[in-house]
Amino acid sequence: MSTQAAIDIDREKGNFSYDTTYDYDAGIGLNEGVVNYIADVKGEDDWVRDFRLKALEVFNSKPLPTNWATKDLENIDFDKFRYYLSKGQEPSRTWEDVPDDVKETFERLGIPEQERAFLAGVEAQFDSEAAYSRMKDELAKEGVIFVGSTEGLKEHPEIFKKFFGKVIPTGDNKFSALNSCVFSGGSFIYVPPGVKVQQPLQAYFRINAENFGQFERTLIIADEGAEVTYMEGCTAPKFETTTLHSAVVELVALKGAKIQYITVQNWSANVFNLVTKRGLAEEDAEIKWIDCNIGSRLTMKYPGVILKGRKARGEVVSIALAGEGQHQDTGAKMIHAADETTSNIISKSISVGEGRSTYRGQVHIPKHLQGCRNNTECDALLINANSRTDTYPAITVRGDDNSVQHEASVSKVSAEQIFYLMQRGLNEGEAMSLAVNGFVNDLVKQFPMEYSVELKRLIDLEMEGSVG
Amino acid sequence: MTVNKKSEFLSEAMFDHFLERHTELPKWLVRQKKKSWAEYLDLPAPTRKMESWRFANVRDLGVDGFRLADPVRELDANSLIEQTKSIQQTAGKLVFGNDDILAEEPISAELRSKGVLFEPLQRAFTDHSEILEEFFMAQESALGSEKFTALHTALNRNGTLLFIPKNVEIELPIISHYWAQGQQTAVFPHTLVIARDNSKVTFVDVYRSAEVDAAQLACGVSTVYADPGAKVEYHYIQNWNEDSLSFNRLTTIAQRDANIRAYGLNLGSKHARSEGHTVLDGPGSKAELYSLAVAHANQEIDQRTLQSHNAPNARSDLLFKNALQNESKTIFSGLIKVAEEAQLTDAYQTNRNLLLSPTAEANSLPGLEILANDVRCSHGATTGQIDENELFYLLSRGISKPTAETLLVFGFFEEVLGKMSNDELAEFHRERVHRKFEPA
Repeated sequence: MSTQAAIDIDREKGNFSYDTTYDYDAGIGLNEGVVNYIADVKGEDDWVRDFRLKALEVFNSKPLPTNWATKDLENIDFDKFRYYLSKGQEPSRTWEDVPDDVKETFERLGIPEQERAFLAGVEAQFDSEAAYSRMKDELAKEGVIFVGSTEGLKEHPEIFKKFFGKVIPTGDNKFSALNSCVFSGGSFIYVPPGVKVQQPLQAYFRINAENFGQFERTLIIADEGAEVTYMEGCTAPKFETTTLHSAVVELVALKGAKIQYITVQNWSANVFNLVTKRGLAEEDAEIKWIDCNIGSRLTMKYPGVILKGRKARGEVVSIALAGEGQHQDTGAKMIHAADETTSNIISKSISVGEGRSTYRGQVHIPKHLQGCRNNTECDALLINANSRTDTYPAITVRGDDNSVQHEASVSKVSAEQIFYLMQRGLNEGEAMSLAVNGFVNDLVKQFPMEYSVELKRLIDLEMEGSVG
Repeated sequence: MTVNKKSEFLSEAMFDHFLERHTELPKWLVRQKKKSWAEYLDLPAPTRKMESWRFANVRDLGVDGFRLADPVRELDANSLIEQTKSIQQTAGKLVFGNDDILAEEPISAELRSKGVLFEPLQRAFTDHSEILEEFFMAQESALGSEKFTALHTALNRNGTLLFIPKNVEIELPIISHYWAQGQQTAVFPHTLVIARDNSKVTFVDVYRSAEVDAAQLACGVSTVYADPGAKVEYHYIQNWNEDSLSFNRLTTIAQRDANIRAYGLNLGSKHARSEGHTVLDGPGSKAELYSLAVAHANQEIDQRTLQSHNAPNARSDLLFKNALQNESKTIFSGLIKVAEEAQLTDAYQTNRNLLLSPTAEANSLPGLEILANDVRCSHGATTGQIDENELFYLLSRGISKPTAETLLVFGFFEEVLGKMSNDELAEFHRERVHRKFEPA
C-alpha cells in the first residue's frame, strides 16, 4: 500500500482497541441524569439542554418501527449502553497534542497521512468527542467554518441554530430522537456564499469502548452558490457485545449550492448502525449522497433530499455489501416540494452467504407540482443459494405533468460468465470477484479514487471464500 | 320498500338473525360461520399504520351502515337477467341478485356426464359438501383483508362452484353475474373453481349494481385451483356502481405445469380494494396476471398482489395498468416472494400508471423478497402522462386533440386487451372500459 492509501476499509484493519481511561463518563443507561450530565460537561446553553430533555421524552414515547422494520431492533438493550465517553472537551489542532493511544488508533487507520495527501480539513472523533480537528488555513480565511457540534452551537449559534434540527426534526423517528437527546461530536460546517471548497473535508468516526453508543450530529450549510464535498469513514473493533451508532446528518444547500456527502461505513459486525440523513435543497441547489455500506450487523439508513426550491436536484448513489450475519437495510427518500425538481436514485447491493440486503425507497410528488422527474434503479446481486434481497419502494405521484420510473432487478452471476473467465485461466474466486466488481463498477467510479481501489480489494476478499 | 329491522344492519346482534333466516345452511357451514363471525368482531379495523393498508384511505372502510340484502323483486330480476346477455357464446351461466339465484343456464348434458359441476353454492353446500368442506374458504388471507374475509365467510350464503374433472376441456367461457340491488345493501359473492389435472376452462366473474347511485357493500372471495397440467383462464370484471364499497380477494394456486391466466378489470366502486394472491406451488407452473383499472371522479382503487414462488422452475408475469382522471387515486402494491427452494424462478412485475389530470394520484409499491439466488426477477413501475410525441404525430395527421387523446388512452389498454384469446370476452372488457370515458 502506498502512503497515499485512504482510510482502510479492510475489515481486519480496524479490529483493535485500546484500554483507555476516560475523563468523562456518563455511566450506563439513559435517563434525565445522563442527559443533564452531557449538557453540564459540554457547558451548553439552556436552549440546547431543553432541546435534549424534550428529545428524551420523544424517544421514550416512540415505539420501535418493527411494524415495517426488522425484529432484530428488539435486540438493542438501551439500558446497557454508555451514552457519553470522552477524554476531554477541546479537540487538538496538531497531531502531537492528541493523546498517545488515540493518536496511535488514528495512525493505524492512516488519518494523518491522508490529511497531508488530499484533504482540506479533517476531524477525527474518538467515542463521543473529536480528538483532532484541523482545516487548511486558507479556507478559514475565506470564512469556512469546520468545527465539532459542541463548538458550533457555542461559537456560531447565529449560523447553526437556524437550521439545527430543522431538516430532521427530533420526532422524525425513534433514533433521531435518541440522537437529539445525547448527541455529541460530528461536524458543523458552513461554507460562505460563492466559496467552492476544492478538496474534500473529512471526518473519521471511531468507536473504541465496549457497550458504547456513538451519536454524532452533523450539520452542513452551503450558502448561495457554495460547493463542498464531505467524506466520512467509520470503524470499530469487534467486541462480543453490541454497539450502537445513531447519527443525525442534516444538509442545507441554499440557492445554487452543491453538497456532495460521501460515506464509507465499515463498522464491525457487532454495531447497530441506525442513521438518519437528510438534505434540504433550495432553488437550483444540488445534494448528492454517495453511500457505501459494508460493515455493521444491521444498518438502517435512507438518505433523503427535500427538493424545496425550483429546479433543485437530488441524487443518491448507494452500494451495499451484506455478508454473513449482516443486514444492510438501505435506501433513499426523495420528497419533491417544488416545480421542475429532479431526483435520481441508483442502488446496487450484493448479498453473500446468509447476508441480507434490503432497499426501501420513497418518492413523493404531491399535487399541483409540474415538471418533476424521478428515476430509480435498484439492482441486487445474490451470490449464494441462501443469500437474500428485498426491495420495497413506495412511489406517490400526483398530477399529469410529472413522471417517475422505477426499475429493479435481481440476478446472480451467470454460470456462463464464470465459465468464460475460468476458461481464460482465472480461478473461480477470481472470476467471481471480477464479475462482482463489474456489477458495481459504474458506481464505484463515483467514489474518490482511494476509496474505489479499496472497495475493489474488499470485494476480492469477500469473494475468495464465497464460492466452492 | 320494506322497512328493515335494526338488527339487520351489520352489527353484532344481526348475525343470529342471519342464521335464523337461513336455515338451509348445513351444520358444518354454520360452525364455520360462527367461528368467522367471532373472528370478524375480534380483528382490528385497518389503520394507516398497517403496511398492508399503506396509502389507503381507511376512513372509507366502515361497513356498519350496510344491511343484509332483501330479495330482488321479480320485475327487476327480469331486467337484470336481460342485461347479462352481452356475452352470447357461453358454456354455462349463473345470474345472482342480492345473493339469490335469478337465472341459470346449465352446462350441456355432455359436460355433466363427464362429471363437470357448475352449481350455485346454495345447492352445492348440501349436494357436494364433500368438495366444499375441503375447499370452501380453505385459503388464508395474505394481503391484509383478514377482517373482511371473515365477514365474508360469516355472511356468504351463495355463489358459484365450478368443478372440472381430469382431462376435461371446456372451450367456451362459463360466466357468473353477480348483481347488487338496493340502498345500503351488502352482498357476499363467492366463486370456487377447481380444475383437476390437465383440464381446461375459462371462467368469468362479473360484478354489477342494479342502480347507479345506491351505496352498496360487496365483499367477495374467489379461489381458483389449477391442478397439475390444468389450464385456467379467469376474468373478473368489477363494475359495481360508484357509490359502493367493495372488497375482493382472489387466490389462485397452480400445481406442477399448471397454467393460469387472470384478467382483472376494475372500473366501479367509490373505494375498491382488490387483493390477488398467486401461489406457484408446483415446478413448471406458470401464471400470467393482468389488470386494467380506470379511475375517475374521486374513486379510490387499491390493488395489492403477491406472487408466491414456492417451487422451482416456475414463472409468473404481472402487468397492472391504471388510468386516472379527475381527483381519483390508485394504489398498486405488489410483492414477489421467492422461497429458498424456488431456484430457477422467473418472476416479473410491471405497474404502469397514466395520469390524465393534475389532481389524480398514483401510488406504486412494487416489492421483491428474494431468498433464492438462481432467479430472474425484476419489477418496473412508471407513472407518467400521454406521450407528447405520440400526440403530436396524431395531431399532425389531422386528428383533433380530444380524439387523439382518447385514441392514445385506449391504446394504453390494448396491451392487455390484445392478449385475451377469446374475442367476445376481449370486446366485453373493451366496451366496459370505453364506456367509462363517455361523458356522463
